[in-house]
Amino acid sequence: MSLIYIKNLTRLYQMGTETIHALRDVSLTIEQGEYLAIMGPSGSGKSTLMNLLGCLDTPSSGEFELNGSKVSEMDDNQLAEIRNQEIGFVFQSFNLLARSDALHNVELPLIYAGYPAEERRQMAMAALEHVKLGDRVHHKPNELSGGQRQRVAIARALVNNPSIILADEPTGNLDSRTGVEILSLFEELSVKGNTIIVVTHEEDVARHARRIIRLRDGLIASDAVNENPFTIQSLGREPEHV
Amino acid sequence: MTLGAEITESLAIALAALRANKLRSGLTTLGIVIGIVTVTLMGTAIEGINQSFKKVVSGLGTDVLYVQKFAWFSNDEWWKVRNRRDITLATARAIERQVTMARVVVPEAFSRQTVKHKNRSASSVAIVGTTDQNFLARGFSISSGRFMSAAEAEGGRPICILGADIATKFFRNESPLGEKITIGGNSFEIVGVMAPFDKFLGLGSDNHVLIPITQLKSMFDLRPEVQILVKVLDVKMMDDAREELRGILRKIRSVPPGMPDDFGINQQDAFIQRFNQVGGMLATVGLFITGLSLFVGGIGIMNIMFVSVAERTKEIGIRKAIGAKRRTILIQFLIEAATICLFGGLIGLAIAFPITLVMSKYLSGTMSITVALVGLVVSLVTGVVSGFLPAWRASKMNPVDALRSE
Ligand SMILES: Nc1ncnc2c1ncn2[C@@H]1O[C@H](COP(=O)(O)OP(=O)(O)OP(=O)(O)O)[C@@H](O)[C@H]1O
Ligand SMILES: [Mg+2]
Repeated sequence: MSLIYIKNLTRLYQMGTETIHALRDVSLTIEQGEYLAIMGPSGSGKSTLMNLLGCLDTPSSGEFELNGSKVSEMDDNQLAEIRNQEIGFVFQSFNLLARSDALHNVELPLIYAGYPAEERRQMAMAALEHVKLGDRVHHKPNELSGGQRQRVAIARALVNNPSIILADEPTGNLDSRTGVEILSLFEELSVKGNTIIVVTHEEDVARHARRIIRLRDGLIASDAVNENPFTIQSLGREPEHV
Repeated sequence: MTLGAEITESLAIALAALRANKLRSGLTTLGIVIGIVTVTLMGTAIEGINQSFKKVVSGLGTDVLYVQKFAWFSNDEWWKVRNRRDITLATARAIERQVTMARVVVPEAFSRQTVKHKNRSASSVAIVGTTDQNFLARGFSISSGRFMSAAEAEGGRPICILGADIATKFFRNESPLGEKITIGGNSFEIVGVMAPFDKFLGLGSDNHVLIPITQLKSMFDLRPEVQILVKVLDVKMMDDAREELRGILRKIRSVPPGMPDDFGINQQDAFIQRFNQVGGMLATVGLFITGLSLFVGGIGIMNIMFVSVAERTKEIGIRKAIGAKRRTILIQFLIEAATICLFGGLIGLAIAFPITLVMSKYLSGTMSITVALVGLVVSLVTGVVSGFLPAWRASKMNPVDALRSE
């Protein structure tokens, strides 16, 4: 059984009399543990696909199975549960709660999952230490750098041990150095067996993935294995390569 | 997510949101504060009036029937009843002989006279002529001395019992017992002083003097207007006793069969009924005004909650993306609204309490726990009701759209 199975997935937007085909009949399977990049020009439907995969949005038509359960037939509450248990989101604009400190931000999914206070505190601390922010737990988002904010967001995405980590332009708001930090985190997670899907329009980001899907006008233009994925370890050896 | 955790988390969010917008929350709360001040003051006033009234009424006695010329509350036209014959002392004696269901039968007659003692004088004092059993029917107590004896009631020496006010007016330091006062030119010996009554809005008075009814008749009024107090054996027998009394009176006054009564048998119930009517109307008007001010306060809350939801659309999106259910978001905003209102309620109580202390000088009773609790519950309910629509809107938001908002 595949982790993700989608068939003829379509998402339409009605704008007055005009119908926009954000996604047209997209079919796709993704296996457990894949590191996948979704690419394509602006407006090609990357975010739309991402929102559908993350159960934030429901398709106009088509099938979507996650871990064997039919997501396209679920109600709001079930979708919320799936988002809580199975999905970890990382957004371009971090999307942290501005008034809460890093620890509370990371605890939030656990609060909604119903963990007791002490347990969720420990889990959140562990996740923050994992992204090397053990010394910043009581900082509010505006007291952290962009890279640190994105690491808090990643800790939040990880803390509940989701099946998939979905990242929409995770390095879009970061300079290239900090972007590399984030990508090395993804790489590490991927090595540990996490499933990672990254939406990006930067080739530099996409080349870290093991598989690259390119969208154009809501259709899959190509779906190829990256034969020679770029790793951060190789980054260290870069001078030898050149 | 458990409901307990949900509420704790929501409370924390609500407090943080209130702290972040102190001025705005404060101004919004003002509407609720005013509403709750009105609720509690109105509640205290109504409660106070009821209590005072009950005290006064209990002085009338639940088990006493008042035989008088007219019924207290009747729809008879005045010109039809004005020629009724008087109730007299003889009527009282006749009742006393015939009645079976009464404990005591006591006549009372009234006169206004000038009372003098040495160089002090008071004009237009209520002089009550009655018999030795009056205190059994009226249920008052004597603070010093004694009440009149049966022999005195039948017309022995001229003695009197002073009401508390008169006693303090004439005798500041010395004891009035054994002293003589002049009532309308006749000398009376003081044998007792009555304990003070509870007062109610100036109603009921201790400014009176009790004398034997025979003395009143011979000295001030040969044909006094008499009312007869009939204390019934048991409260449960009120209706039967009333019927018995009615029969006796019709016989004494020879009312032909088929003709309506030419007298009134009054009882506390009639008074209470009328009071409840007036009190009910008062409460309705009060509640309407209160409701109006709370309604205005509630609209303010609703308005601010809509603003709050709109401002925090992104936050709602984030929470939903992370796994918050509709119910969670709904509860979060409901609790926020309820918290604002509860704050308003507490402030309102803090303002209303000293005012009720001042009010208690005129009405019995300050703000009761019940009124305070009702105030808090009302503020809570206002919060939940007015917060519902905004919270509902927040809970229904589509996460993608909410996340996209800035
Ligand atoms: N809420 C919406 N209402 C109407 N049209 C929408 C909506 N969301 C997306 N679209 C349209 O769907 C298409 C795909 O949008 P999408 O956001 O998926 O693009 P994208 O590939 O993520 O682009 P970018 O790289 O700029 O983020 C676009 O044409 C867009 O205008
Ligand atoms: Mg996009």
